[in-house]
Amino acid sequence: MRLLTHNMLASNVKGVVKGYPLRLEAEAVAERPVDLNPDFLRHIFSRLDWPALVAAARSLPADHAGAGAALPDEADPSMLDSDDFLRHFHHALLELHVEEGALVCPETGRRFPINKGIPNMLLNEDEPPQCLICYLTQNESVR
Amino acid sequence: MSADHSVEVIVDSSLLSIQTAQKEKHDTRGLNRVLPRTAQIRLVSSHPEVYEPCDDSFVLVDALLADRLKLIEHQPKICLEIGCGSGYVIASLALMLSQDVSGIHYFATDINLDATETTCRTLEAHGIHVEVIATDIASSLQRRLAGMVDVVVVNPPYVPTPEEEVGCEGITASWAGGENGRRVIDRILPVVDELLSERGWLYMVTLTANNPSQICLLMREKGYASKIVLQRSTQEESLHVIKFWRDTPADESRERNKEVPAGSESWLSQLSFLSFFRSNESSS
Repeated sequence: MRLLTHNMLASNVKGVVKGYPLRLEAEAVAERPVDLNPDFLRHIFSRLDWPALVAAARSLPADHAGAGAALPDEADPSMLDSDDFLRHFHHALLELHVEEGALVCPETGRRFPINKGIPNMLLNEDEPPQCLICYLTQNESVR
Repeated sequence: MSADHSVEVIVDSSLLSIQTAQKEKHDTRGLNRVLPRTAQIRLVSSHPEVYEPCDDSFVLVDALLADRLKLIEHQPKICLEIGCGSGYVIASLALMLSQDVSGIHYFATDINLDATETTCRTLEAHGIHVEVIATDIASSLQRRLAGMVDVVVVNPPYVPTPEEEVGCEGITASWAGGENGRRVIDRILPVVDELLSERGWLYMVTLTANNPSQICLLMREKGYASKIVLQRSTQEESLHVIKFWRDTPADESRERNKEVPAGSESWLSQLSFLSFFRSNESSS
């Protein structure tokens, strides 16, 4: 799972209001170089949640700490003219793959495991509501 | 509206490949000199609980091949397959565009965890990368990826089955479509509408039993034009690959819809109705 995918995933636990960004707990990260495509980076930039990308990159294990450190806390479109910025942005977004770990819903704490690079966002049908508000609302309607 | 326009229907697969080949040969823009690549069956991974590439997968890939030059001109940035199964279709799409379009980002989802792992093995065997996510339709991507996807491909569970089989665990989820095979299709369509970019395209496999003309009407209300890219009859079923794209603002098309006779059930009227779409088609 690339950090781009992390940026696009939200918790779909029933009753969750925002469910974003998911907290990333990366245990194993693989690095796979890929050609830098400035057009794609410029295209995707406006749709990214930059703070979520930075937080995810900085949460990676120590051997990839450089990726997060190279990203500025805040970014604006003018930075896309800088080759340095594009290279760091490209590396964090597309070249690092979380192979093992988990994504954690910021509202309910529900953990979504990542195995073999695949985030498992599936919910069980009989899964009890994990959010206190939905739990209470549900009990309310039963009463 | 008249029935003068005929719908482009190519039934024979060998004919299609010949036509595709000729198209490639006569392509003067220099985009291709060799036949486009698709996934190789011997490299497609398998698992007892995962749907293996079959007629419906082949018809979808052939439809994408038939539309390949248009896809290249389309220059998609983000492509998504909903229900990737063995990975044959998304791998084929990525391979057939890899020579001519760079910087495409692919996503694939499946509700079956075994299918997502099988897809990853298939992709690895072909040396390509797609971001694979285990999720129901696109539920965990829908909010953030809304309006960003330029191409969606779907081979949905379209087989009419008892309702209780819909969404069952394992391989059943790959084909069980409930009443008229429409249960999952009808859940997928609004999701795709949300995900597609302004210039987005959807390619979807349907069965005659799914009532494709009614699906087209439904999508028309959302502002989509449609056409059959490929039709193929196998021993068991008659399959269509329908392509949808945003045509006119939804309000306008709803207005125009009133002129169309409602409840046209016969296949003949579906054809003329679809040709009506085609006659309005401008650039796709």
